[in-house]
Amino acid sequence: MPDPIELESVEKRYDGVAALHVPRLTVGARTTLSVVGPSGCGKSTLLRLVIGLLTPDHGKVSIAGIPMRPDTRPGLLPRMGYVIQEGGLFPHLTAAGNVTLAAEERGWPRERREARVAELLELTQMPRELLARYPAQLSGGQRQRVALMRALMLDPEVVLLDEPLAALDPLIRSDLQRDLRRAFDRLGKTVLFVTHDVAEAATVGDEIALMRAGHILQRGTLRDLAERPADPFVTRFLGAQRGGLPVSAADRAGDRS
Amino acid sequence: MTRLTGRRAAALLIAATLLLMPAARPVSAARNVVVGSKAFAESWILADALAQTMQREGVPGVEHRRNLGGTEIVFQALRTGSVDVYPEYTGTIREVVLQSPRPLSTAETRAALAPMGLGMSDPIGFNDSYAIAVTGETARRYGLRTLSDLARHPELRLGLTHEFLGRADGFPGLQRRYGLTTRNVLGIQHELAYAALADGKIDATDIYTTDAQIARMGLRVLEDDREFFPRYDAVWIYRLDLPLKEPRAYSAIRRLTGAIDQDRMTRANARVVLGGLRSAEAAESLLAETPLAGAAAAAGGAGAAPAHASPAWSRAARSILANTAQHVKLVALSLLAAILVGVPLGVFATRSPRIGGAVLALTGLAQTVPSLALLAVLIPVFGIGVVPALIALFVYSLLPIVRNTYVGMTTIAPPLLESADCLPLSPRSKLTRIRLPLASPSILAGIRTSAVINVGSATLAALIGAGGLGEPILTGIQLRRNGLILEGAIPAAVLALLVERAFDGVDRILIPKGLRLAASGGANEPRTGLDSSRIKGGTNPEEDHDADAPSDRNA
Repeated sequence: MPDPIELESVEKRYDGVAALHVPRLTVGARTTLSVVGPSGCGKSTLLRLVIGLLTPDHGKVSIAGIPMRPDTRPGLLPRMGYVIQEGGLFPHLTAAGNVTLAAEERGWPRERREARVAELLELTQMPRELLARYPAQLSGGQRQRVALMRALMLDPEVVLLDEPLAALDPLIRSDLQRDLRRAFDRLGKTVLFVTHDVAEAATVGDEIALMRAGHILQRGTLRDLAERPADPFVTRFLGAQRGGLPVSAADRAGDRS
Repeated sequence: MTRLTGRRAAALLIAATLLLMPAARPVSAARNVVVGSKAFAESWILADALAQTMQREGVPGVEHRRNLGGTEIVFQALRTGSVDVYPEYTGTIREVVLQSPRPLSTAETRAALAPMGLGMSDPIGFNDSYAIAVTGETARRYGLRTLSDLARHPELRLGLTHEFLGRADGFPGLQRRYGLTTRNVLGIQHELAYAALADGKIDATDIYTTDAQIARMGLRVLEDDREFFPRYDAVWIYRLDLPLKEPRAYSAIRRLTGAIDQDRMTRANARVVLGGLRSAEAAESLLAETPLAGAAAAAGGAGAAPAHASPAWSRAARSILANTAQHVKLVALSLLAAILVGVPLGVFATRSPRIGGAVLALTGLAQTVPSLALLAVLIPVFGIGVVPALIALFVYSLLPIVRNTYVGMTTIAPPLLESADCLPLSPRSKLTRIRLPLASPSILAGIRTSAVINVGSATLAALIGAGGLGEPILTGIQLRRNGLILEGAIPAAVLALLVERAFDGVDRILIPKGLRLAASGGANEPRTGLDSSRIKGGTNPEEDHDADAPSDRNA
């Protein structure tokens, strides 16, 4: 069975300069891969190639074995969920409207939509009364929970998150990290999670891919990266963020169930 | 509106067009004999006099369409059959209609008009030309009788209208012909010139030879002893098919040739402009004192409409209501059509920058066509009346709607477009459920702008016989009767304010609540969310204060 996410000799250039070069990358079923790296390293470009917002100049992106192309993309989108930095919630729709938009489009009957929303409320720890609110009436953390509900509504196999917590304050952020982790474990999704924060990457992801200048330098657990760095930059990048690294993060990464 | 799909919009547009079609019929296929007039008192009086004479001759259903603005417009209306006959001046026919550089004989003029299917009557009997006038006192003091006398007094101050100063057959030519050396020449507005003359601020001004003020102020019109001014003999121009279609109408035209002299016309003008008589009343007394036509009046009798003895205020109120209703109809229909075309056009423009540029340039171009030129172009196709007025208003309403739709659609925040692109939605749903609602504040602002401009522009509709609040304004300007101008201007201003207010309500209904919250939230603006403590304190302080706590902590 093909891996849910598969990239093969993918290259993306901007103005002739290579912004991303990935010889091969796969994310297996029910795995969360955190992609981490400094600003401009190409991690968002990677995500946009996977969801088909960008087309690679060379190589191939496949979702569950189906190549991502303009003609296949409409068929693939229902199998993918996408959350961006500040949620991208539509301000003219209520939280509920945002969450159920795609399901309505697909003609889900009301009972089915309501049942799914109830599951998602429980999963994302959202109080039901917030559903009637508009994005402008929600806090930053609540908005990201709604965005996650929207991404999960159709129960996609693949979930892509582009720095979903970057704009939140630290306390809310750590709660949400835990909740994300819990949700993905429970649902068994294949997740690509982009962040610039190593601790967050370790909390949320099973594995970490560390990127620099368009290349994936190393892929492994936080412990792999810390103890057997493939490149001096890996050590430098981890070291620079050590101040913000919770002592327990590495352990937690090891014993979650 | 957010659910308005292309197909439904097209269907509505077709329905609206079909609705308008019947309005076009009575104009183009007029059964009645239609007498036209331009937007000034002399033209109204002559047209009324002809209409009354036709009625006495037994012509059924004579109609007077007044205030057809600008020679181009009324002439086009005549050529295309919306009007059968109207009073014109030989000089105008030569200059504006035939554009001949030299004076034409009557035979030459008729020969030039015949191929257009038009005929010209013999002169009505008076010459309404430019002339120079001075006060009686000035005439006596300086011994002024002719323009040659004026040339001998270069110290006299001339206050001349700007048009007269500019026209080749105006002051420049006059100067050459008479060798005027007057240094003291200033440009002045026609209405102000009389006041300036009365106050002794100027000594002479240009006038029309049948101006009502001549008699009232006792002005001396200086004789054109070197025959500089071209003749502006009043004549009837009519469609050559009229004598066949309605011989009695043609005999009425002939009855009114050689019938009205300069004095009678000047007096009739004065009765309307200074005396406050209606043009139909002035025409009646003009006919009564005109020997040939008077005989017909005695014979026909019943035709003249009796002046209704209703109080002035109730007449004014009724006409304000009727004009306002007509105005609202013009604005509403043209705006509706502009919305049905403009919004889809603005959406279409977002397909590519090149299409967008082309669409915006074209609608912008349409906006720059002068209104009179546009009306003149529309008349050959649509005749006069409501239909060409609606089309012109539609054209002028288009730009703000198209542009604001385009801008609204192209300035949606990129993260929102990206989110929409990553949801499994059809292009149609993306448009109707996301892009159009997000652009709705901008689109509605464009429609509001169009509506307010439209209320103002619709006053021009009176120029092509479509009525509305322009009617009293045009008449009031000609009669220099401010009350009448205000009868049109005040309801138009009130209408514009009401439109503004109405759109506040429309915004509340059509702009999604979430967008209004986002716009009014200030610090709550969702896309800024960098400081969530600020956000929490925002729209719902009491509930939201610690909104994250219960849900997030229990995890």
